[in-house]
Amino acid sequence: MLEISDLRVSVGGKDILKGINLTVNAGEVHAIMGPNGSGKSTLSHVIAGREGYEVTGGSVLYGGKDLMEMEPEERAREGVFLAFQYPVEIPGVNNVYFLKAAVNAVRKHQGLDELDAIDFMKLVKEKAKAVKMDESLLKRAVNEGFSGGEKKRNEIFQMAVLEPKLAVLDETDSGLDIDALRIVAEGVNSLRNEHRSIMLVTHYQRLLNYIEPDYVHVLADGRIVKSGDRRLAEELEERGYGWVLKREVAA
Amino acid sequence: MAASTDHVEDLVGKEYEHGFVTDIEAETAPPGLSEDVVRFISAKKDEPQWMLDWRLKAYEHWLTMQEPRWAHVHHQAIDYQAISYYSAPKTKDDGPKSLDEVDPKLLETYAKLGIPLEEQKALAGVAVDAVFDSVSVATTFKDKLAQHGIVFCSMSEAIKNHPDLVQRYLGSVVPQGDNFFAALNSAVFSDGSFVYVPAGVRCPMELSTYFRINASKTGQFERTLIIVDEGAYVSYLEGCTAPMRDENQLHAAVVELVALKDAEIKYSTVQNWYPGDEEGRGGIYNFVTKRGDCRGDNSKISWTQVETGSAITWKYPSCILRGDNSVGQFYSVALTNNRQQADTGTKMIHIGKNTSSTIVSKGISAGHGQNAYRGLVKFAKGAENARNYSQCDSLLMGDKCGAHTFPYIEVSNPTAKVEHEASTSKIGEDQLFYCMQRGISEEDAVSMIVNGFCKEVMKELPMEFAVEAQKLLGISLEGAVG
Ligand SMILES: Nc1ncnc2c1ncn2[C@@H]1O[C@H](COP(=O)(O)OP(=O)(O)OP(=O)(O)O)[C@@H](O)[C@H]1O
Ligand SMILES: [Mg+2]
Repeated sequence: MLEISDLRVSVGGKDILKGINLTVNAGEVHAIMGPNGSGKSTLSHVIAGREGYEVTGGSVLYGGKDLMEMEPEERAREGVFLAFQYPVEIPGVNNVYFLKAAVNAVRKHQGLDELDAIDFMKLVKEKAKAVKMDESLLKRAVNEGFSGGEKKRNEIFQMAVLEPKLAVLDETDSGLDIDALRIVAEGVNSLRNEHRSIMLVTHYQRLLNYIEPDYVHVLADGRIVKSGDRRLAEELEERGYGWVLKREVAA
Repeated sequence: MAASTDHVEDLVGKEYEHGFVTDIEAETAPPGLSEDVVRFISAKKDEPQWMLDWRLKAYEHWLTMQEPRWAHVHHQAIDYQAISYYSAPKTKDDGPKSLDEVDPKLLETYAKLGIPLEEQKALAGVAVDAVFDSVSVATTFKDKLAQHGIVFCSMSEAIKNHPDLVQRYLGSVVPQGDNFFAALNSAVFSDGSFVYVPAGVRCPMELSTYFRINASKTGQFERTLIIVDEGAYVSYLEGCTAPMRDENQLHAAVVELVALKDAEIKYSTVQNWYPGDEEGRGGIYNFVTKRGDCRGDNSKISWTQVETGSAITWKYPSCILRGDNSVGQFYSVALTNNRQQADTGTKMIHIGKNTSSTIVSKGISAGHGQNAYRGLVKFAKGAENARNYSQCDSLLMGDKCGAHTFPYIEVSNPTAKVEHEASTSKIGEDQLFYCMQRGISEEDAVSMIVNGFCKEVMKELPMEFAVEAQKLLGISLEGAVG
């Protein structure tokens, strides 16, 4: 599904990612952990195609295609979804209207007919219920005046509607209360199947109690310094990052 | 008819005294403005003496006036003696011979708006033989309106058929000497629309100039007068979303609205005159005076405008809130792209007690566009408990454009309440990326964000108009990002 080899990225002349190697197969869930500023969001953004990053080396293949050659909207239409660490407010644009434009753009790309208003509303209602999204939020402008947790929930709701092939969740668990965390986890788990891949960027082991990852990676200073299974996350929770980073320096 | 021919010959003789002969048979007045030209126009239109006198008074006033310089716009000096002030409806010899001669950008826009080929030709000024069925549509409408006693006709017809109304109200809101462009318009106006809604009548349909403009070109000095009698209501739509080309660069229209006791007027405009090419060449200068007079108690006038066209727009639809409890509203979207300049806003003059006004202005600048909001809210001495709410938001795209806000407030009554909010934002990379990450194309994203920004204004437009206006905003901004 996703094959990242020796990816190097800089921003404004500063090297941020310094050779990332990561393979995510269909059906797998990978958790990415690591200290603040280590490059987790940068990696997520580069996968989604955000401007302002310079890829100075390496490659990213998505379904065998060169992802870096694709426009961001093309990536989205091909099934790449990013749940933003900081979801963006779009004043005056209705949440449902926005999502309908997104769904139909994806459907058009797949050669499907646009959903009509009735079918679309049915889909929306069903998904909103599944992720326990308050219907009053649907009627409001995209993320405008949403609380931190509501914004995150809106991301999961959009993901549930769009049903991506590769979902990258950048700290979707931050700022959520316990109930919301469980719902987000349920949302992710319900998407989980052998055709989909999920990358979870998180600081907390807690989320991984609900979404059991196949792999856990530690990103530090632009490199993946350690990979393991879910026990690695538990160990990190207990001992912090110090021991991983130290061993890295020693090695 | 004989009398008027004599009158014309009289004129011709008189004109000769000034060492200048205007051929009354001519279809076009020679360039330049003089008393003779004003007489020529009036004679050509077979107008009564009072109308000619009115025009001449305006002309005399104009001679004493200076072109205003305070607007935040820059253009080459206009040579008023180089303009021709009268030309008969266009013949096939004028304008482009075929669509091949028309700016391809313009044609692209027509295609995107889904305008049929024959109509494209008419809009671009290409002579067409086909007769539009809009004439018959208009006739059907007129019959229906007549049943309610509503008069909806051209200004020329009104001068002939409703002289009492015209004499009573013309210039009663915008006097001949009001400002330089209004004086010019008063002297030489070509034609325009006239509406009268009798007391207690709610006009059963939206009145639109669109039908009439197709039937006869109104030209560059348009004059509109709308009178809504006690307890009556009308919604009037002006303009159309398709960009219109015109050989005449200077447009100076005057619109006067009169709302009597308990009357309501809703006036909506979509202005999309040719803005010129990317360098602004060939674009229209649109210098308009629009004013509404809430003359009676409890009356209401509401202006809604979407301005996307013209090289230069200079326009301040205003309300005089004379009647007690009268209400004035101004909802505006002004978009400038490439080299376009807009200086637009409103004046709310509170005179009566408990009068209230609302101003919502949304300025969008892209490319090298310059956008200025200029507003005056004035509370006269007697305006007890009057209130105003103003909101002026600017949206910038890129860093070569500009937004400017000039709000003026004059308060002569201590009970007045004023609330003013202003914001300037940039269309964010974040917002665009967020949309695109959901699969939405950049163009659609821009259109969506801009329409979201303008929502409060768009919802004031009549439904069908709003849908077209939304499309128009997107199209006007194409290529503005990235
Ligand atoms: N536009 C930018 N200009 C300069 N530096 C940047 C820019 N974007 C990111 N960086 C830097 O790159 C580094 C990695 O940032 P990134 O947001 O990827 O970290 P992160 O791992 O997601 O951190 P957190 O856990 O706090 O979310 C940081 O040092 C950050 O300051
Ligand atoms: Mg981050």
